Amino acid sequence: MAKRYWNEKIECMELSEMKALQSERLVRQVKHVWDNVPYYRKKMEEKGVTPDDVRSIDDLYKLPFLSKADLRDGYPYGLLAMPLSECVRIQSTSGTTGKRVVAFYTQNDVDMWEDCVARAITAAGGTKDDVCQVAYGYGLFTGGPGLNGGSHKVGCLTLPMSSGNTERQIQFMMDLGSTILCCTPSYAAYIGETLHEMGHTPDDIKLKAGIFGAEPWTEEMRHQIEESLGIKAYDIYGLTETSGPGVAFECEEQTGMHINEDNFIAEIIDPDTGEVLPEGSKGELVFTSITKEAFPLLRYRTRDICILSRKKCSCGRTLIKMCKPMGRSDDMLIIKGVNVFPSQIETVLLKDFNATPNYQIVVDRVGTTDTFEIKVELSGDMFSDTIKDVAALEKKLSADIVQILGIKAKITLVEPKSIPRSEGKAVRVIDRRKLV
Amino acid sequence: MTVKQLSVFVENRPGRLCAVTEALANAGINIRAVSIADTKDFGIMRIIVNDTDKAVAALKEKDFIASAANVIAVSADDKPGSMAAIMKTLYNDNISVEYMYAAFLNPEKGIACLILRVDNNDKAVTALTEAGCKLLSEEDIAKI
Repeated sequence: MAKRYWNEKIECMELSEMKALQSERLVRQVKHVWDNVPYYRKKMEEKGVTPDDVRSIDDLYKLPFLSKADLRDGYPYGLLAMPLSECVRIQSTSGTTGKRVVAFYTQNDVDMWEDCVARAITAAGGTKDDVCQVAYGYGLFTGGPGLNGGSHKVGCLTLPMSSGNTERQIQFMMDLGSTILCCTPSYAAYIGETLHEMGHTPDDIKLKAGIFGAEPWTEEMRHQIEESLGIKAYDIYGLTETSGPGVAFECEEQTGMHINEDNFIAEIIDPDTGEVLPEGSKGELVFTSITKEAFPLLRYRTRDICILSRKKCSCGRTLIKMCKPMGRSDDMLIIKGVNVFPSQIETVLLKDFNATPNYQIVVDRVGTTDTFEIKVELSGDMFSDTIKDVAALEKKLSADIVQILGIKAKITLVEPKSIPRSEGKAVRVIDRRKLV
Repeated sequence: MTVKQLSVFVENRPGRLCAVTEALANAGINIRAVSIADTKDFGIMRIIVNDTDKAVAALKEKDFIASAANVIAVSADDKPGSMAAIMKTLYNDNISVEYMYAAFLNPEKGIACLILRVDNNDKAVTALTEAGCKLLSEEDIAKI
Protein backbone atom coordinates (compact mmCIF):
# COMPACT_ATOMS: atom_id res chain seq x y z
CA MET A 1 0.00 0.00 0.00
CA ALA A 2 1.53 3.23 -1.12
CA LYS A 3 2.11 5.87 1.50
CA ARG A 4 -0.57 8.56 1.20
CA TYR A 5 1.33 11.39 2.81
CA TRP A 6 4.99 12.27 3.03
CA ASN A 7 4.53 14.01 6.38
CA GLU A 8 1.11 13.08 7.74
CA LYS A 9 1.54 15.03 10.97
CA ILE A 10 1.99 18.31 9.10
CA GLU A 11 -0.18 17.66 6.07
CA CYS A 12 -3.19 16.62 8.16
CA MET A 13 -2.63 18.93 11.12
CA GLU A 14 -5.59 20.54 12.87
CA LEU A 15 -5.98 24.18 11.94
CA SER A 16 -5.45 25.48 15.48
CA GLU A 17 -2.27 23.46 15.80
CA MET A 18 -1.05 24.71 12.41
CA LYS A 19 -1.75 28.33 13.41
CA ALA A 20 0.24 27.85 16.60
CA LEU A 21 3.13 26.38 14.64
CA GLN A 22 2.98 29.21 12.09
CA SER A 23 2.84 31.81 14.86
CA GLU A 24 5.85 30.39 16.63
CA ARG A 25 7.85 30.24 13.40
CA LEU A 26 6.73 33.67 12.25
CA VAL A 27 7.81 35.34 15.50
CA ARG A 28 11.21 33.67 15.22
CA GLN A 29 11.54 34.58 11.54
CA VAL A 30 10.69 38.25 12.05
CA LYS A 31 13.39 38.45 14.71
CA HIS A 32 15.88 36.70 12.39
CA VAL A 33 15.13 39.13 9.56
CA TRP A 34 15.22 42.17 11.85
CA ASP A 35 18.61 41.14 13.18
CA ASN A 36 20.17 40.15 9.85
CA VAL A 37 18.56 42.03 6.96
CA PRO A 38 19.11 45.80 7.34
CA TYR A 39 17.09 46.41 4.17
CA TYR A 40 13.93 44.89 5.64
CA ARG A 41 14.59 46.28 9.11
CA LYS A 42 14.57 49.75 7.58
CA LYS A 43 11.24 48.97 5.90
CA MET A 44 9.84 47.86 9.25
CA GLU A 45 11.16 50.97 10.96
CA GLU A 46 9.57 53.14 8.30
CA LYS A 47 6.26 51.44 9.06
CA GLY A 48 6.83 51.77 12.79
CA VAL A 49 6.86 48.01 13.43
CA THR A 50 9.33 46.15 15.60
CA PRO A 51 9.60 42.40 16.26
CA ASP A 52 7.75 43.01 19.55
CA ASP A 53 4.64 43.93 17.57
CA VAL A 54 4.48 40.48 15.98
CA ARG A 55 3.32 37.97 18.57
CA SER A 56 1.32 35.62 16.37
CA ILE A 57 0.10 35.05 12.84
CA ASP A 58 -2.72 37.53 13.58
CA ASP A 59 -0.08 40.30 13.56
CA LEU A 60 1.23 39.40 10.11
CA TYR A 61 -0.72 42.23 8.50
CA LYS A 62 1.41 44.78 10.36
CA LEU A 63 4.53 43.89 8.41
CA PRO A 64 5.55 45.73 5.24
CA PHE A 65 5.33 44.01 1.87
CA LEU A 66 8.26 42.99 -0.26
CA SER A 67 8.04 43.20 -4.03
CA LYS A 68 10.16 42.14 -6.94
CA ALA A 69 11.48 45.72 -7.07
CA ASP A 70 12.87 45.26 -3.54
CA LEU A 71 14.67 42.11 -4.63
CA ARG A 72 16.06 43.96 -7.60
CA ASP A 73 17.21 46.86 -5.44
CA GLY A 74 18.88 44.44 -3.09
CA TYR A 75 20.63 42.40 -5.79
CA PRO A 76 22.58 40.36 -5.03
CA TYR A 77 23.08 40.26 -1.26
CA GLY A 78 20.60 42.87 0.03
CA LEU A 79 18.09 40.37 1.41
CA LEU A 80 20.54 37.70 2.46
CA ALA A 81 20.05 36.81 6.12
CA MET A 82 22.90 34.35 6.67
CA PRO A 83 26.67 34.55 6.20
CA LEU A 84 27.62 33.31 2.73
CA SER A 85 29.74 30.64 4.39
CA GLU A 86 26.48 29.03 5.59
CA CYS A 87 24.93 29.09 2.09
CA VAL A 88 25.31 26.10 -0.19
CA ARG A 89 23.33 26.99 -3.31
CA ILE A 90 21.85 29.73 -5.42
CA GLN A 91 18.99 29.53 -7.91
CA SER A 92 17.80 32.31 -10.12
CA THR A 93 14.70 33.39 -11.98
CA SER A 94 14.59 32.73 -15.70
CA GLY A 95 17.36 34.53 -17.46
CA THR A 96 16.66 38.20 -17.41
CA THR A 97 18.64 41.37 -17.26
CA GLY A 98 17.42 43.97 -14.84
CA LYS A 99 14.83 41.60 -13.41
CA ARG A 100 17.08 38.83 -12.22
CA VAL A 101 16.46 37.52 -8.74
CA VAL A 102 19.09 35.42 -7.04
CA ALA A 103 17.88 33.31 -4.13
CA PHE A 104 20.25 31.76 -1.60
CA TYR A 105 19.86 28.48 0.25
CA THR A 106 21.47 27.03 3.33
CA GLN A 107 21.55 23.24 3.59
CA ASN A 108 18.44 23.45 5.80
CA ASP A 109 16.72 25.52 3.10
CA VAL A 110 17.53 22.91 0.46
CA ASP A 111 16.27 20.18 2.79
CA MET A 112 13.02 22.07 3.42
CA TRP A 113 12.51 22.64 -0.31
CA GLU A 114 13.16 19.01 -1.15
CA ASP A 115 10.81 17.97 1.65
CA CYS A 116 8.05 20.10 0.10
CA VAL A 117 8.65 18.49 -3.29
CA ALA A 118 8.66 15.05 -1.66
CA ARG A 119 5.14 15.79 -0.39
CA ALA A 120 4.09 16.64 -3.95
CA ILE A 121 5.59 13.45 -5.36
CA THR A 122 3.95 11.38 -2.63
CA ALA A 123 0.60 13.09 -3.30
CA ALA A 124 0.98 12.03 -6.93
CA GLY A 125 1.36 8.43 -5.77
CA GLY A 126 5.16 8.34 -5.82
CA THR A 127 7.18 6.01 -3.58
CA LYS A 128 10.73 4.69 -3.47
CA ASP A 129 9.70 2.05 -6.00
CA ASP A 130 9.05 4.64 -8.67
CA VAL A 131 11.22 5.79 -11.55
CA CYS A 132 11.00 9.55 -11.74
CA GLN A 133 11.96 11.23 -15.00
CA VAL A 134 12.79 14.91 -14.47
CA ALA A 135 12.43 16.74 -17.78
CA TYR A 136 12.40 20.24 -16.35
CA GLY A 137 15.43 22.32 -17.25
CA TYR A 138 18.36 21.99 -14.86
CA GLY A 139 20.58 24.85 -13.88
CA LEU A 140 19.65 28.19 -12.36
CA PHE A 141 15.98 27.45 -13.07
CA THR A 142 14.42 25.81 -10.00
CA GLY A 143 12.36 23.22 -11.91
CA GLY A 144 15.03 20.59 -12.53
CA PRO A 145 16.95 20.86 -9.23
CA GLY A 146 13.71 21.08 -7.22
CA LEU A 147 12.05 17.95 -8.59
CA ASN A 148 15.39 16.18 -8.66
CA GLY A 149 15.88 16.83 -4.95
CA GLY A 150 12.35 15.82 -4.03
CA SER A 151 12.63 12.65 -6.05
CA HIS A 152 15.87 11.72 -4.22
CA LYS A 153 14.20 12.38 -0.90
CA VAL A 154 11.31 10.06 -1.71
CA GLY A 155 13.87 7.53 -2.89
CA CYS A 156 12.69 7.23 -6.47
CA LEU A 157 15.18 6.20 -9.10
CA THR A 158 15.78 9.65 -10.54
CA LEU A 159 16.42 10.29 -14.24
CA PRO A 160 17.92 13.80 -14.50
CA MET A 161 17.03 14.21 -18.16
CA SER A 162 16.58 18.00 -18.25
CA SER A 163 14.37 19.28 -21.04
CA GLY A 164 14.74 18.66 -24.76
CA ASN A 165 15.78 15.77 -26.96
CA THR A 166 12.27 14.37 -26.89
CA GLU A 167 12.93 11.11 -28.71
CA ARG A 168 15.61 10.27 -26.17
CA GLN A 169 13.17 11.14 -23.38
CA ILE A 170 10.75 8.59 -24.80
CA GLN A 171 13.50 6.04 -25.35
CA PHE A 172 14.59 6.30 -21.69
CA MET A 173 10.97 6.26 -20.61
CA MET A 174 10.50 2.92 -22.37
CA ASP A 175 13.89 1.36 -21.60
CA LEU A 176 13.99 2.32 -17.91
CA GLY A 177 10.28 2.13 -17.21
CA SER A 178 9.72 5.67 -15.94
CA THR A 179 6.54 5.88 -13.87
CA ILE A 180 6.49 9.60 -13.02
CA LEU A 181 7.23 12.47 -15.40
CA CYS A 182 8.08 15.96 -14.14
CA CYS A 183 8.21 18.88 -16.60
CA THR A 184 6.26 21.87 -17.84
CA PRO A 185 2.74 21.00 -19.02
CA SER A 186 3.49 22.17 -22.55
CA TYR A 187 6.50 19.89 -22.71
CA ALA A 188 4.42 16.99 -21.35
CA ALA A 189 1.90 17.60 -24.12
CA TYR A 190 4.70 17.65 -26.67
CA ILE A 191 6.14 14.40 -25.31
CA GLY A 192 2.64 12.92 -25.67
CA GLU A 193 2.37 14.04 -29.28
CA THR A 194 5.84 12.74 -30.09
CA LEU A 195 5.07 9.38 -28.47
CA HIS A 196 2.14 8.94 -30.83
CA GLU A 197 4.09 10.23 -33.84
CA MET A 198 6.73 7.60 -33.11
CA GLY A 199 3.98 5.02 -33.45
CA HIS A 200 3.59 4.21 -29.75
CA THR A 201 0.61 4.24 -27.42
CA PRO A 202 0.41 4.84 -23.66
CA ASP A 203 0.42 1.02 -23.30
CA ASP A 204 4.05 1.00 -24.43
CA ILE A 205 5.17 3.08 -21.42
CA LYS A 206 4.79 2.62 -17.67
CA LEU A 207 4.05 6.22 -16.75
CA LYS A 208 1.27 6.60 -14.19
CA ALA A 209 1.60 10.18 -13.04
CA GLY A 210 2.96 13.53 -14.09
CA ILE A 211 3.86 16.57 -11.98
CA PHE A 212 3.62 19.66 -14.14
CA GLY A 213 4.14 23.32 -13.36
CA ALA A 214 6.06 26.55 -14.01
CA GLU A 215 3.51 27.84 -16.50
CA PRO A 216 -0.25 28.32 -16.77
CA TRP A 217 -2.29 25.42 -18.12
CA THR A 218 -5.94 24.67 -18.50
CA GLU A 219 -8.19 21.76 -17.55
CA GLU A 220 -8.50 20.88 -21.26
CA MET A 221 -4.76 20.64 -21.45
CA ARG A 222 -4.76 18.41 -18.38
CA HIS A 223 -7.23 16.02 -20.01
CA GLN A 224 -5.29 16.01 -23.23
CA ILE A 225 -2.01 15.19 -21.46
CA GLU A 226 -3.67 12.55 -19.28
CA GLU A 227 -5.11 10.89 -22.36
CA SER A 228 -2.03 11.04 -24.57
CA LEU A 229 0.31 9.67 -21.89
CA GLY A 230 -2.18 7.48 -20.02
CA ILE A 231 -1.48 9.18 -16.69
CA LYS A 232 -2.97 11.33 -13.97
CA ALA A 233 -1.58 14.87 -14.22
CA TYR A 234 -0.86 16.89 -11.06
CA ASP A 235 -0.20 20.61 -10.84
CA ILE A 236 2.64 22.04 -8.77
CA TYR A 237 3.29 25.68 -7.84
CA GLY A 238 6.27 27.59 -6.64
CA LEU A 239 8.52 30.53 -7.23
CA THR A 240 12.24 31.00 -7.00
CA GLU A 241 11.83 33.85 -4.53
CA THR A 242 10.39 31.53 -1.88
CA SER A 243 12.26 28.32 -2.83
CA GLY A 244 10.99 26.84 -6.08
CA PRO A 245 8.36 24.28 -7.08
CA GLY A 246 6.66 22.70 -4.10
CA VAL A 247 5.29 25.78 -2.37
CA ALA A 248 1.95 24.17 -3.22
CA PHE A 249 0.99 20.87 -4.84
CA GLU A 250 -2.05 19.02 -6.04
CA CYS A 251 -3.53 15.87 -4.52
CA GLU A 252 -5.68 13.23 -6.20
CA GLU A 253 -8.78 15.43 -5.91
CA GLN A 254 -7.22 17.79 -8.51
CA THR A 255 -9.21 20.78 -7.29
CA GLY A 256 -6.43 23.16 -6.33
CA MET A 257 -3.03 22.97 -4.71
CA HIS A 258 -2.31 22.44 -1.02
CA ILE A 259 0.09 25.07 0.29
CA ASN A 260 2.89 23.83 2.52
CA GLU A 261 1.82 26.29 5.15
CA ASP A 262 4.18 25.03 7.82
CA ASN A 263 6.81 26.78 5.66
CA PHE A 264 4.84 29.39 3.75
CA ILE A 265 2.04 31.54 5.12
CA ALA A 266 -0.31 32.58 2.32
CA GLU A 267 -2.44 35.71 2.28
CA ILE A 268 -4.72 37.20 -0.34
CA ILE A 269 -4.63 40.97 -0.62
CA ASP A 270 -6.27 43.65 -2.68
CA PRO A 271 -3.48 44.47 -5.16
CA ASP A 272 -4.43 48.16 -5.19
CA THR A 273 -4.80 48.87 -1.48
CA GLY A 274 -2.72 46.08 0.07
CA GLU A 275 -5.64 45.24 2.37
CA VAL A 276 -5.89 41.60 3.46
CA LEU A 277 -9.01 39.95 2.03
CA PRO A 278 -11.04 37.20 3.70
CA GLU A 279 -10.73 33.56 2.67
CA GLY A 280 -12.49 32.86 -0.61
CA SER A 281 -11.80 36.32 -2.06
CA LYS A 282 -10.01 36.77 -5.31
CA GLY A 283 -6.86 38.83 -5.01
CA GLU A 284 -3.08 38.85 -5.09
CA LEU A 285 -1.26 35.99 -3.44
CA VAL A 286 1.35 36.97 -0.82
CA PHE A 287 3.78 34.56 0.79
CA THR A 288 5.79 34.73 3.99
CA SER A 289 8.47 32.09 4.26
CA ILE A 290 8.73 31.21 7.93
CA THR A 291 11.42 28.55 7.82
CA LYS A 292 13.87 29.76 5.23
CA GLU A 293 17.20 30.80 6.71
CA ALA A 294 19.23 32.36 3.91
CA PHE A 295 16.60 34.21 1.91
CA PRO A 296 13.59 34.64 4.19
CA LEU A 297 11.02 36.80 2.44
CA LEU A 298 8.28 38.34 4.56
CA ARG A 299 5.01 39.22 2.83
CA TYR A 300 6.36 38.79 -0.67
CA ARG A 301 3.89 39.89 -3.34
CA THR A 302 3.77 37.20 -6.02
CA ARG A 303 1.58 39.25 -8.40
CA ASP A 304 -0.37 36.04 -9.05
CA ILE A 305 -4.12 36.52 -8.78
CA CYS A 306 -5.64 33.66 -6.86
CA ILE A 307 -8.29 32.37 -4.41
CA LEU A 308 -7.54 30.44 -1.20
CA SER A 309 -9.86 27.85 0.29
CA ARG A 310 -10.00 25.86 3.54
CA LYS A 311 -12.80 23.65 2.24
CA LYS A 312 -12.36 20.07 3.48
CA CYS A 313 -10.42 17.99 0.97
CA SER A 314 -11.22 14.33 0.31
CA CYS A 315 -7.51 13.48 0.38
CA GLY A 316 -7.46 14.12 4.15
CA ARG A 317 -4.95 16.95 4.01
CA THR A 318 -5.88 20.03 5.98
CA LEU A 319 -3.35 22.31 4.27
CA ILE A 320 -5.06 25.35 2.75
CA LYS A 321 -5.62 25.16 -1.00
CA MET A 322 -4.93 27.72 -3.69
CA CYS A 323 -6.57 27.64 -7.10
CA LYS A 324 -4.53 27.79 -10.27
CA PRO A 325 -3.30 31.37 -10.66
CA MET A 326 -6.00 33.26 -12.56
CA GLY A 327 -3.82 36.02 -13.94
CA ARG A 328 -1.31 38.63 -12.88
CA SER A 329 -1.55 41.96 -11.16
CA ASP A 330 1.45 43.17 -13.15
CA ASP A 331 2.34 42.88 -16.82
CA MET A 332 4.41 39.70 -16.56
CA LEU A 333 3.68 37.02 -19.13
CA ILE A 334 4.65 33.39 -18.84
CA ILE A 335 5.64 32.16 -22.29
CA LYS A 336 6.89 28.60 -22.74
CA GLY A 337 7.44 28.49 -18.97
CA VAL A 338 9.62 31.58 -19.00
CA ASN A 339 8.73 34.82 -17.22
CA VAL A 340 8.67 37.70 -19.67
CA PHE A 341 8.23 41.37 -18.81
CA PRO A 342 7.51 43.83 -21.64
CA SER A 343 10.16 46.10 -20.10
CA GLN A 344 12.82 43.52 -20.97
CA ILE A 345 11.85 43.73 -24.61
CA GLU A 346 12.05 47.50 -24.35
CA THR A 347 15.58 47.14 -23.02
CA VAL A 348 16.59 45.19 -26.13
CA LEU A 349 14.93 47.65 -28.49
CA LEU A 350 16.58 50.57 -26.74
CA LYS A 351 19.97 48.93 -27.00
CA ASP A 352 19.59 48.05 -30.69
CA PHE A 353 17.98 51.27 -31.87
CA ASN A 354 18.98 53.90 -29.31
CA ALA A 355 15.28 54.60 -29.07
CA THR A 356 12.18 52.68 -28.13
CA PRO A 357 10.10 52.10 -31.21
CA ASN A 358 6.50 51.07 -30.85
CA TYR A 359 6.19 47.36 -30.45
CA GLN A 360 3.62 44.70 -29.69
CA ILE A 361 3.97 41.29 -28.12
CA VAL A 362 1.60 38.70 -29.57
CA VAL A 363 1.27 35.45 -27.65
CA ASP A 364 -0.90 32.59 -28.81
CA ARG A 365 -1.08 28.87 -28.34
CA VAL A 366 -1.04 26.52 -31.30
CA GLY A 367 -2.02 23.08 -30.07
CA THR A 368 -0.18 22.98 -26.78
CA THR A 369 2.78 25.14 -27.72
CA ASP A 370 3.03 28.86 -27.07
CA THR A 371 3.85 31.11 -29.98
CA PHE A 372 5.70 34.34 -29.30
CA GLU A 373 5.92 37.17 -31.77
CA ILE A 374 7.24 40.68 -31.36
CA LYS A 375 6.06 43.23 -33.90
CA VAL A 376 8.32 46.25 -34.15
CA GLU A 377 7.39 49.42 -35.97
CA LEU A 378 10.16 50.45 -38.26
CA SER A 379 11.20 54.10 -38.30
CA GLY A 380 13.11 56.08 -40.89
CA ASP A 381 16.53 55.84 -39.29
CA MET A 382 16.20 52.07 -38.77
CA PHE A 383 15.49 51.47 -42.43
CA SER A 384 18.09 50.92 -45.07
CA ASP A 385 17.03 50.13 -48.58
CA THR A 386 18.45 46.63 -48.94
CA ILE A 387 16.73 43.43 -47.90
CA LYS A 388 20.07 42.26 -46.55
CA ASP A 389 20.27 45.10 -44.03
CA VAL A 390 16.68 44.77 -42.90
CA ALA A 391 17.09 40.99 -42.52
CA ALA A 392 20.29 41.59 -40.51
CA LEU A 393 18.34 43.91 -38.23
CA GLU A 394 15.69 41.23 -37.65
CA LYS A 395 18.37 38.68 -36.94
CA LYS A 396 20.14 40.91 -34.45
CA LEU A 397 16.91 41.66 -32.59
CA SER A 398 16.06 37.99 -32.51
CA ALA A 399 19.48 37.06 -31.10
CA ASP A 400 19.32 39.80 -28.46
CA ILE A 401 15.85 38.65 -27.35
CA VAL A 402 17.11 35.08 -26.91
CA GLN A 403 20.05 36.43 -24.97
CA ILE A 404 17.85 38.32 -22.53
CA LEU A 405 14.81 36.05 -22.24
CA GLY A 406 16.26 32.65 -23.00
CA ILE A 407 13.48 31.94 -25.48
CA LYS A 408 13.04 32.74 -29.14
CA ALA A 409 10.60 35.25 -30.50
CA LYS A 410 9.55 35.72 -34.09
CA ILE A 411 10.48 39.29 -34.97
CA THR A 412 8.19 40.99 -37.45
CA LEU A 413 9.05 44.46 -38.66
CA VAL A 414 5.95 46.45 -39.47
CA GLU A 415 5.11 49.82 -40.99
CA PRO A 416 4.94 52.94 -38.80
CA LYS A 417 1.64 53.42 -36.95
CA SER A 418 0.41 49.98 -37.98
CA ILE A 419 0.16 48.81 -34.35
CA PRO A 420 -3.25 49.83 -33.05
CA ARG A 421 -3.26 52.61 -30.47
CA SER A 422 -5.54 52.87 -27.55
CA GLU A 423 -5.84 56.38 -26.15
CA GLY A 424 -2.69 57.33 -27.98
CA LYS A 425 -0.63 54.48 -26.55
CA ALA A 426 0.22 51.40 -28.54
CA VAL A 427 -1.29 48.20 -27.15
CA ARG A 428 1.78 46.36 -25.88
CA VAL A 429 0.52 42.85 -25.31
CA ILE A 430 -1.98 40.68 -27.13
CA ASP A 431 -2.37 37.35 -25.36
CA ARG A 432 -4.71 35.11 -27.31
CA ARG A 433 -4.17 32.05 -25.11
CA LYS A 434 -7.27 31.27 -23.15
CA LEU A 435 -5.70 30.01 -19.96
CA VAL A 436 -8.16 31.04 -17.31
CA MET B 1 25.83 61.39 -62.84
CA THR B 2 23.29 59.61 -60.70
CA VAL B 3 19.56 59.72 -60.13
CA LYS B 4 17.53 59.52 -56.91
CA GLN B 5 15.73 56.32 -56.09
CA LEU B 6 13.18 55.94 -53.31
CA SER B 7 12.91 52.72 -51.30
CA VAL B 8 9.64 52.20 -49.48
CA PHE B 9 9.12 49.62 -46.73
CA VAL B 10 5.92 47.69 -47.45
CA GLU B 11 4.46 45.02 -45.21
CA ASN B 12 3.48 41.85 -46.93
CA ARG B 13 -0.27 42.09 -46.44
CA PRO B 14 -3.19 42.90 -48.72
CA GLY B 15 -3.76 46.52 -49.66
CA ARG B 16 -0.33 47.89 -48.92
CA LEU B 17 0.84 48.34 -52.54
CA CYS B 18 -2.50 49.89 -53.25
CA ALA B 19 -1.91 52.38 -50.41
CA VAL B 20 1.59 53.31 -51.58
CA THR B 21 0.63 53.86 -55.19
CA GLU B 22 -2.49 55.75 -54.20
CA ALA B 23 -0.47 58.12 -52.03
CA LEU B 24 1.80 58.82 -55.00
CA ALA B 25 -1.11 59.13 -57.42
CA ASN B 26 -2.89 61.68 -55.22
CA ALA B 27 0.26 63.81 -55.15
CA GLY B 28 0.46 63.70 -58.94
CA ILE B 29 3.68 61.70 -58.97
CA ASN B 30 4.63 59.80 -62.11
CA ILE B 31 6.51 56.57 -61.51
CA ARG B 32 9.26 56.11 -64.07
CA ALA B 33 10.68 52.80 -62.86
CA VAL B 34 9.64 50.28 -60.23
CA SER B 35 10.96 47.12 -58.67
CA ILE B 36 10.00 45.11 -55.59
CA ALA B 37 12.30 42.96 -53.52
CA ASP B 38 10.33 40.72 -51.22
CA THR B 39 10.76 38.42 -48.23
CA LYS B 40 8.14 36.42 -46.38
CA ASP B 41 7.03 39.28 -44.15
CA PHE B 42 7.85 42.47 -46.00
CA GLY B 43 9.00 43.95 -49.26
CA ILE B 44 11.01 46.95 -50.34
CA MET B 45 9.48 48.83 -53.21
CA ARG B 46 12.05 50.81 -55.16
CA ILE B 47 10.87 53.57 -57.40
CA ILE B 48 12.21 56.34 -59.55
CA VAL B 49 9.80 59.21 -59.91
CA ASN B 50 9.56 62.54 -61.68
CA ASP B 51 9.66 64.52 -58.40
CA THR B 52 11.49 62.85 -55.55
CA ASP B 53 10.95 65.50 -52.86
CA LYS B 54 7.24 65.66 -53.49
CA ALA B 55 7.03 61.85 -53.44
CA VAL B 56 8.86 61.65 -50.08
CA ALA B 57 6.48 64.21 -48.59
CA ALA B 58 3.44 62.36 -49.92
CA LEU B 59 4.65 59.03 -48.50
CA LYS B 60 5.60 60.49 -45.12
CA GLU B 61 2.16 62.03 -44.88
CA LYS B 62 0.72 58.52 -45.12
CA ASP B 63 3.25 57.14 -42.58
CA PHE B 64 5.34 55.21 -45.04
CA ILE B 65 9.07 54.97 -44.53
CA ALA B 66 10.98 55.98 -47.63
CA SER B 67 14.71 56.35 -47.94
CA ALA B 68 16.45 57.94 -50.87
CA ALA B 69 19.61 56.62 -52.50
CA ASN B 70 21.66 57.56 -55.51
CA VAL B 71 21.57 55.00 -58.28
CA ILE B 72 22.82 54.92 -61.82
CA ALA B 73 20.43 55.02 -64.77
CA VAL B 74 22.19 53.83 -67.86
CA SER B 75 20.57 53.67 -71.28
CA ALA B 76 21.48 51.08 -73.83
CA ASP B 77 20.39 49.92 -77.25
CA ASP B 78 17.51 47.47 -76.98
CA LYS B 79 19.37 44.58 -78.56
CA PRO B 80 21.21 41.37 -77.53
CA GLY B 81 24.51 41.99 -75.79
CA SER B 82 23.91 45.53 -74.50
CA MET B 83 23.38 44.47 -70.92
CA ALA B 84 26.26 42.01 -71.05
CA ALA B 85 28.54 44.83 -72.19
CA ILE B 86 27.50 47.01 -69.27
CA MET B 87 28.05 44.17 -66.80
CA LYS B 88 31.44 43.44 -68.30
CA THR B 89 32.49 47.07 -67.96
CA LEU B 90 31.59 47.05 -64.27
CA TYR B 91 33.17 43.67 -63.67
CA ASN B 92 36.43 44.75 -65.30
CA ASP B 93 36.61 47.62 -62.82
CA ASN B 94 35.76 45.40 -59.89
CA ILE B 95 32.44 47.12 -59.18
CA SER B 96 29.72 45.07 -57.51
CA VAL B 97 26.09 45.38 -58.46
CA GLU B 98 23.87 45.13 -55.37
CA TYR B 99 20.69 45.05 -57.42
CA MET B 100 19.31 46.28 -60.69
CA TYR B 101 16.13 46.50 -62.67
CA ALA B 102 14.96 47.64 -66.04
CA ALA B 103 13.05 50.86 -66.68
CA PHE B 104 11.24 52.75 -69.43
CA LEU B 105 11.91 50.56 -72.40
CA ASN B 106 11.22 52.61 -75.50
CA PRO B 107 10.54 50.31 -78.48
CA GLU B 108 10.13 53.20 -80.91
CA LYS B 109 13.56 54.59 -80.25
CA GLY B 110 15.01 51.13 -79.64
CA ILE B 111 16.34 52.19 -76.23
CA ALA B 112 16.26 50.37 -72.91
CA CYS B 113 17.34 51.64 -69.54
CA LEU B 114 18.87 49.87 -66.57
CA ILE B 115 18.80 51.10 -62.99
CA LEU B 116 21.89 49.97 -61.11
CA ARG B 117 22.68 50.06 -57.45
CA VAL B 118 26.42 49.49 -57.13
CA ASP B 119 28.92 49.57 -54.31
CA ASN B 120 30.78 52.57 -55.72
CA ASN B 121 28.85 55.13 -57.72
CA ASP B 122 31.81 57.34 -58.71
CA LYS B 123 33.83 54.45 -60.00
CA ALA B 124 30.86 53.07 -61.91
CA VAL B 125 29.99 56.44 -63.47
CA THR B 126 33.55 56.85 -64.71
CA ALA B 127 33.80 53.30 -66.03
CA LEU B 128 30.49 53.41 -67.85
CA THR B 129 31.12 56.86 -69.32
CA GLU B 130 34.55 55.81 -70.55
CA ALA B 131 32.97 52.72 -72.11
CA GLY B 132 30.66 55.02 -74.09
CA CYS B 133 27.42 54.31 -72.20
CA LYS B 134 24.85 57.07 -71.91
CA LEU B 135 23.93 57.87 -68.32
CA LEU B 136 20.66 59.63 -67.55
CA SER B 137 20.31 62.62 -65.26
CA GLU B 138 17.40 63.64 -63.01
CA GLU B 139 16.34 66.09 -65.71
CA ASP B 140 16.42 63.38 -68.37
CA ILE B 141 14.16 61.23 -66.26
CA ALA B 142 11.73 64.04 -65.54
CA LYS B 143 11.49 64.62 -69.30
CA ILE B 144 10.96 61.05 -70.46
